Amino acid sequence: MSDELQKQGTPPTANIRNFSIVAHIDHGKSTLADRLIQITGGLTDREMAGKEQVLDSMDIERERGITIKAQTVRLKYRAKDGKDYVFNLMDTPGHVDFAYEVSRSLAACEGSLLVVDASQGVEAQTLANVYQALDNNHEIVPVLNKVDLPAAEPDKVKQQIEDVIGIDASDAVMISAKTGLGVPDVLEAIVTRLPPPKGDRDATLKALLVDSWYDVYLGVVVLVRIIDGVLKKGSRIRMMGTNAAYDVERVGFFTPKMQQVDELGPGEIGFITAAIKEVADTRVGDTITDDRRPVAEMLPGFKPAIPVVFCGLFPVDADDFETLRAAMGKLRLNDASFSFEMETSAALGFGFRCGFLGLLHLEIIQERLSREFDLNLIATAPSVIYKMKLTDGGEIEIHNPIDMPDVVKIAEIEEPWIEATILTPDEYLGSVLKLCQDRRGVQKELTYVGARAMVKYDLPLNEVVFDFYDRLKSVSKGYASFDYHLTDYKPADLVKMQILVNAEPVDALSMLVHRTRAEGRGRAMVEKMKELIPPHMFQIPIQAAIGGKVIARETVRALRKDVTAKCYGGDVSRKRKLLEKQKEGKKKMRQFGKVDIPQEAFIAALKVDS
Amino acid sequence: MIGADPTTAFGIYVHWPFCLSKCPYCDFNSHVRHAPIDEERFVRAFKREIETTAARARGREVSSIFFGGGTPSLMRPQTVGAILDAIGKYWGVADNVEVTLEANPTSVEATRFRGYRAAGVNRVSLGVQALDDSSLKALGRLHTAHEALEAVAIARSVFDRYSFDLIYARPGQTPAMWTEELRQAISEAAEHLSLYQLTIEEGTPFFDLHAAGKLRPPDEAIARALYDVTQDVCTRHGLPAYEISNHALPGAECRHNLLYWRGQEYAGIGPGAHGRLDIDGIRHAVATEKRPEAWLMRVEAIGNGIVADDLLNSEERADEFLLMGLRLREGIDPQRYAALSGRPLDPRRIAILRDEGAITISTEGRLRVTQDGFPLLDAVVADLAA
Repeated sequence: MSDELQKQGTPPTANIRNFSIVAHIDHGKSTLADRLIQITGGLTDREMAGKEQVLDSMDIERERGITIKAQTVRLKYRAKDGKDYVFNLMDTPGHVDFAYEVSRSLAACEGSLLVVDASQGVEAQTLANVYQALDNNHEIVPVLNKVDLPAAEPDKVKQQIEDVIGIDASDAVMISAKTGLGVPDVLEAIVTRLPPPKGDRDATLKALLVDSWYDVYLGVVVLVRIIDGVLKKGSRIRMMGTNAAYDVERVGFFTPKMQQVDELGPGEIGFITAAIKEVADTRVGDTITDDRRPVAEMLPGFKPAIPVVFCGLFPVDADDFETLRAAMGKLRLNDASFSFEMETSAALGFGFRCGFLGLLHLEIIQERLSREFDLNLIATAPSVIYKMKLTDGGEIEIHNPIDMPDVVKIAEIEEPWIEATILTPDEYLGSVLKLCQDRRGVQKELTYVGARAMVKYDLPLNEVVFDFYDRLKSVSKGYASFDYHLTDYKPADLVKMQILVNAEPVDALSMLVHRTRAEGRGRAMVEKMKELIPPHMFQIPIQAAIGGKVIARETVRALRKDVTAKCYGGDVSRKRKLLEKQKEGKKKMRQFGKVDIPQEAFIAALKVDS
Repeated sequence: MIGADPTTAFGIYVHWPFCLSKCPYCDFNSHVRHAPIDEERFVRAFKREIETTAARARGREVSSIFFGGGTPSLMRPQTVGAILDAIGKYWGVADNVEVTLEANPTSVEATRFRGYRAAGVNRVSLGVQALDDSSLKALGRLHTAHEALEAVAIARSVFDRYSFDLIYARPGQTPAMWTEELRQAISEAAEHLSLYQLTIEEGTPFFDLHAAGKLRPPDEAIARALYDVTQDVCTRHGLPAYEISNHALPGAECRHNLLYWRGQEYAGIGPGAHGRLDIDGIRHAVATEKRPEAWLMRVEAIGNGIVADDLLNSEERADEFLLMGLRLREGIDPQRYAALSGRPLDPRRIAILRDEGAITISTEGRLRVTQDGFPLLDAVVADLAA
C-alpha cells in the first residue's frame, strides 16, 4: 500500500485528512494516538511494545501523562470505500500553558477529534481547546473514551457536550482506547466526517511554518503544512517573515519514524531540513514560498508566545552556575517560549531570571533542568509583568521586584488579570469559591452542568502564579479543573514586601503583593522561616516589611548551650562523622550576612499560603 | 604550653570492656558477664595485640598509658602489671610516663589501689559522678556518696595524682545545688576534676526514657547556667578549665587526654579501642572489634583485633584536628589546620565568630574558643569546619 502511494507522488487532497486530538489530561489522547498508529501500521507491535504514548518522547511527558511539544504523525489507511487515505495526526498539548502550541497545531488541520472521558465529562482545559478548534473552523468529531469502565455515563456526557460546547454529540464515537474497542470506527469517522484540505498543486508554493526544533543529527528540523504548490527536495525556498533563503536538503514525514520523500504537495504535513543553523533563525507561523517566484501575500501567522510568569532560578551549589547556563541554552534550543538572562542575588548568588508561559511551564523547565542535567535549583517567588506609570510621565514594565523604582516615583501600578474557568464537582464548590474570593477574584458566572459546577472568575494573575493550582487541587481533592486566559491590565494597590533576616533584606524573597494580602503573606513567610532557620549564637529577628514598616516579626532564639559530649577512649571518628553531617547540612545553606539560611527555608517561604 | 612536649608524645589506650552492671546513661563499649572472666586468656591476647601493634608503630617512646573501660578497676593488679610489662617490652617508655587507670569508687575496688601502684599505675581517675545518693541511684551507680569519698581518700593516700568525674545537668539539678556539690568536690579533689554535662546517647536506657518524656534533663538555659557555675566555681578555687570538661591545677593536666586533643599519636589496645597512628606519613584511624569474646578470638587467630584501619584524607585529618583542638583552652594553630587541610579557615567565618565573641586570636596567632564560646563549642566547630 505504501509503495502504491509513493509511486503516485503526493496524494490528492481529497485523500488527505489533517486532524488533531483535543482532550483533557488523562482522558486518553495519547493512548488513542497509540492505537491509531498501531492499527494503521505506523509501528510494528514489537516497536510499540513497552512504549506507552509513543508521541510523548520526553520522559517527563510520559510520567505526567501530558504532552508538551506538539508532535505529528502520518498514518496510511484503506477505508471501507476501498480508497487509500493519508492521515496527518497533530498531537497537541492539553495544558493551558501550552495553548500557543495548540493554536499552531489547530491552524495546520481541518478537523479535530474531541476526546472526553465517559466517566469524567468535559473539563476546563478541554473547553478552551475545543473553542480554539471551533475558532479555526474545524469540523469536530466527539469521541467518548473509557466507555467500558463501570463508572462510564456516556449519555450524560453526550448531553454535557451539547450543553457546554454546543455541538451535536449524538453521533459520538464510543471507544476504549486502552482495549482498542471502537477505534476502527474512529478511523472511518475521520474519513467520512472530517473535510479534506483544499489546495492548488499548480499554484506557487505557499506553506505554513508550523514548528521547528533542533535534532542532534539533522540540525534544525522544520515542520510545515503545504497550502498550495509543491515543496521539493533541492529547491530553493524563502521564509517571508525572516526574509532568508535556503536550499531544501531533506523532505519527509513521520510515521512516527522519519521517512524521506522527494516532495510534499498541497494539504500535506511534513518536515524539511535546509542547513538552518539555529531554531531561532526560524519563526513559527512564517510563510514559506518559492525563492524565485514568491507569493504576494503571507499567511496570517500566529501571535508570538510571550512569557507571562517569571522567576529566578539559582543553583544550590554555586559551582553549578555554568552547567545551569549550558543546560538552559540546550532547553531553549527547542523551546523558544522559555527565556532567561543572568541575575545576581545577594542571598542566592549567581543565577538566571527566567520567563515562562505559565506555572506548569515553569515547573516543567525546572524539573527538566534537575532531571536531565542533574541540577539542584532554588526558584524565587514567581512574578508577573507589572506596568508602572511613573510620576515623570514615563512608563515601565517590570517582572522582578528588585527592579522596582522608589515608591515616590511611581504614580500607578497595573497588574495583569485573567479570566479563569473552573469546573468542579458540586461538593467542593464552596471551597473553590472561597479560594477565588481570597485571591481577590471577581465572580462572573456560575452555571451547572449536571452535578458539576462551572464558575468563571476574573482573577489577578499574580494571585494565580502563587500556589493557586496546588490549593485548587487540594481544596477539591484533585477534582477541579482549571483554565485561564489573559484579559487586561488593571490598576492595583500593590506594595513591595521584603523579608529581612537579621535586619538585612533578602532580595530573593522580595515580592509585589496586594496591600490587603501583604500582612497575611508576610506573617506566613516569617513563621516558615523561623521554623527552618536553625538557632545561631545570636538572636535572629525575621521581619516582613513594607518600606520601613514592619508588618510581621518572628525571632529565632539564640543557642545557649551545646551538649559537647565526652570523648570515649579516643574515638574521634564518631565525633568526626557527626561533624561531617553538620558540614553537609551547612553546604545546603546560604550564608546570608551572619546567618546560615537553609535552602528549604527559601523554598518553603515561597510556597506558603496565607 | 602545658604537659608533655607535643612533638614526642605517644600514648597507649588500653580498654577493659567489662562492668558489674551497665549504667543507664553510658554508651561506651562495656559488657556485663555473669560468669567469671578468664583474665589469663585476655592477658595473653593483650600481650599479643601489643606486640603486633608495636610492630606497626616502632620507634615511639611511650609518654602516657591510659586504662579505660568498662571498668578497669575490675582487673586484677597482676593483669595490669602484665600489660604494662608487655608495653615496656615492645616500646621504649619515658621515665616520667603517666599511667592512669579508671576506677569505680567502691570499697572493694579501693582495696586494689596499692596493687595497681605496685604494678606501675601512677594516677587514678575515679568515676564518682555525683555526691548525693539519690542522684547516684538514678544514674545507676553501685556506690554511695560516702563510699565514693572513702575511695577518693584511699586514692589520695596511695597515688600522687588522682582525679574524679562528676556528671552535671542531671534531672532536677539547679545551679544552687550544683554550686554546693562542686564546692564539696573541689575540697576533696587535689589537682584534677572532670565535669561532664549529662548527654543523652542513642541506644541507652536514658535515651528511651527521654524519648518517652520520663526523663527531663534541665533545659538549655539551665544547662547554660550550670556550665557557667562550673567555670566560675572552679576558676575561683584554682582549678580552671584546660579543656571544655576538664579542670586542673596548672601543670596537673592529664597528659594522655591532652594528646588526643592535640591530635597526636596513640595506639588502642583491647576490645573496641581506637588508635591514631602515622604510618609512612599517613594518618591511620584504627578501631578494634568491640565484642570482647570476638576480639579475643580475632587476636588469637590473626594477632590483632583490628576491624577498621582507615586512611584519613586531608579534610578528615583537619576536621579531627579542629574539633579536638578547639576543646582545649590553648586552642589551635590555624597554620597547622591550613597545612593539614590544604586550605585556610574561612576568614569570613572567623570574623563573624570573633564579632560574636566566641573566639579570639592570641598574639602568637593561636585561635582559641572564649569563655562565651565554649558553651557553644559544637556550633563554633561546625562553623569553622564548614
